[in-house]
Amino acid sequence: MMNHFSNPVLLKELKLRFRAFKSFSGLMFYLVVLCIFVAGFLLVYTQFTGTGFFRPSESFAMFAVLSMLQMGLVMFITPGLTAGAISTEREKQTLNILLTTTQSSSQIIIGKLLSSVAFLILLLIAGLPLYSLVFLFGGVSPSQLITIFLLYLLTLIAIGSIGIMFSTITKKTIVSMIATYGAMIFLAGITAFFFFIGMSMEQMSMAQGTSTNQTPFSPITYFWASINPGALMLTILYPDLATSLESLVGISLPIWIVYIIFYCLITILCLTIAIRKLRANMKTNR
Amino acid sequence: MIEIQGLTKKYGSFTALDNLNLKVEEGVVFGFVGANGAGKSTTFSILATLLSPTSGDALINGKSVVQEPREVRKQIGYMPDFFGVYDQLKADEYLDFYGASYGLSSSEREVLIPQLLELVNLTGKRYEYVDLLSRGMKQRLCLARSLIHDPKVLILDEPASGLDPRARVEMRDILKHLKSMGKTILISSHILPELAEMCDEIGVIDNGRLIAHGNVATIQAQLQGDKRIIVKVINQLERARAFFEEDPHISSIELIEERNEIAFSYRGKPEDQVKLLQKALLAEIPIYTLTEEEKDLEDVFMAITKGADTE
Repeated sequence: MMNHFSNPVLLKELKLRFRAFKSFSGLMFYLVVLCIFVAGFLLVYTQFTGTGFFRPSESFAMFAVLSMLQMGLVMFITPGLTAGAISTEREKQTLNILLTTTQSSSQIIIGKLLSSVAFLILLLIAGLPLYSLVFLFGGVSPSQLITIFLLYLLTLIAIGSIGIMFSTITKKTIVSMIATYGAMIFLAGITAFFFFIGMSMEQMSMAQGTSTNQTPFSPITYFWASINPGALMLTILYPDLATSLESLVGISLPIWIVYIIFYCLITILCLTIAIRKLRANMKTNR
Repeated sequence: MIEIQGLTKKYGSFTALDNLNLKVEEGVVFGFVGANGAGKSTTFSILATLLSPTSGDALINGKSVVQEPREVRKQIGYMPDFFGVYDQLKADEYLDFYGASYGLSSSEREVLIPQLLELVNLTGKRYEYVDLLSRGMKQRLCLARSLIHDPKVLILDEPASGLDPRARVEMRDILKHLKSMGKTILISSHILPELAEMCDEIGVIDNGRLIAHGNVATIQAQLQGDKRIIVKVINQLERARAFFEEDPHISSIELIEERNEIAFSYRGKPEDQVKLLQKALLAEIPIYTLTEEEKDLEDVFMAITKGADTE
């Protein structure tokens, strides 16, 4: 029974990952960045004396910025972990041997993705003691923390899938890295830019009175906001922002619903492409 | 058993394999020889289910590489000409990973791994990191890996390439042992004498076409063409030349005066050769020795691959 569910690629990848020095140096870098931020935040709010006090609202601000920082780090690290998953095997000439085993393409792709996700989850868990400082000062509900972590999980799986897809369809790791970071920049930055442009245009048309109806309706602007991880995080942290956004674009559907649907679709699409393209030289994908 | 039926592989206008037909019976060690780019690796990639043919099919123990690739993978052990290893795995972990990849249980793998390492003389390297092993050891480990699921057919693409003489001998001994275990082995090389030593049958591939197929002696006879005969006479060199020139089967006569020899190409049946000798004796040609110049396998290979180079 256990044999049926075991994934040799996943087990091998975990073994290799946790033996590599760069994994631990990466983990250290991640924690150092978080520590510097938390220490800096505390020092600034206590006027560098350690004698000041920390209000729950300030604790919440630290939680918000820490969450945004953690999201940024996750989005920065995920392409690095996944964009070479298959192309590195190809470059090291180990892929052909792997493809002649009886493992299916889906087993190989899922194994690669899960090993990267496992490492990212380790990063998030390793950062939890720093989060505990937030609870020390209060102001944050456990449900918010859980929601934020679920958001991380969904985002990293989706970006990981994009990385795996590019790694499968491109021959070189460097090309795959560039493509994956490009996709990540699009999701985190370009969508925000398009959202602000859409909002500006909407406000301009409202001000000039060229809009046909008085209640705004901007589905495209709404869409850009709803697929932006930063925007969703802000609406989770500050629910008032969600209400403002809904009234600005004239759509009352919470953006987290679109976010979940969009990122699940991205994940499914990318993994399907990766599975189909893994044995690209074979007519059948078995 | 391997049955290749009209296998063709085209890359745009370039034909890498052209209607290849071949049958290798169970337990036979078959050597595939040809120059670089002749189509050996393409054939092996198709048999290993890494590449789809443009047309045709290949059956391995009755399973089609096109229709049932997953079933074929259970039947074959494949060793590519170039391969890499995972840096941070030890030799036993390397085999354990591939054993698991073929669906073997952990208890099966525990029993098999020491046996395979012993087969390839790597018992002492069981706990060494794979990337620290020598080239020859890596080749042997890769061979052990290809045997982990006890396949009936082994597809070995130039397994001895880049090895030093000692490592070649070790590899050859292991292959002989595998042959004695009843494995059907398909092995490629561009070194014909190397294959001749260990193969029951040989196929010569050139520009994607199988130009000769059979046992080593047959191949040699098939590819050699005209015989080169050297006759040593006592004096009367010119008279002997005039006599041989009259024979319709003889061409390219060459006099080697300093050794009192006449060399010529002979294209006739053995019976004609007997008659020629009898006639020479009746004509009182003072023949001291008559020898057939033997071409070695390297010469044969050079002759057949010359065509590929010039095209």
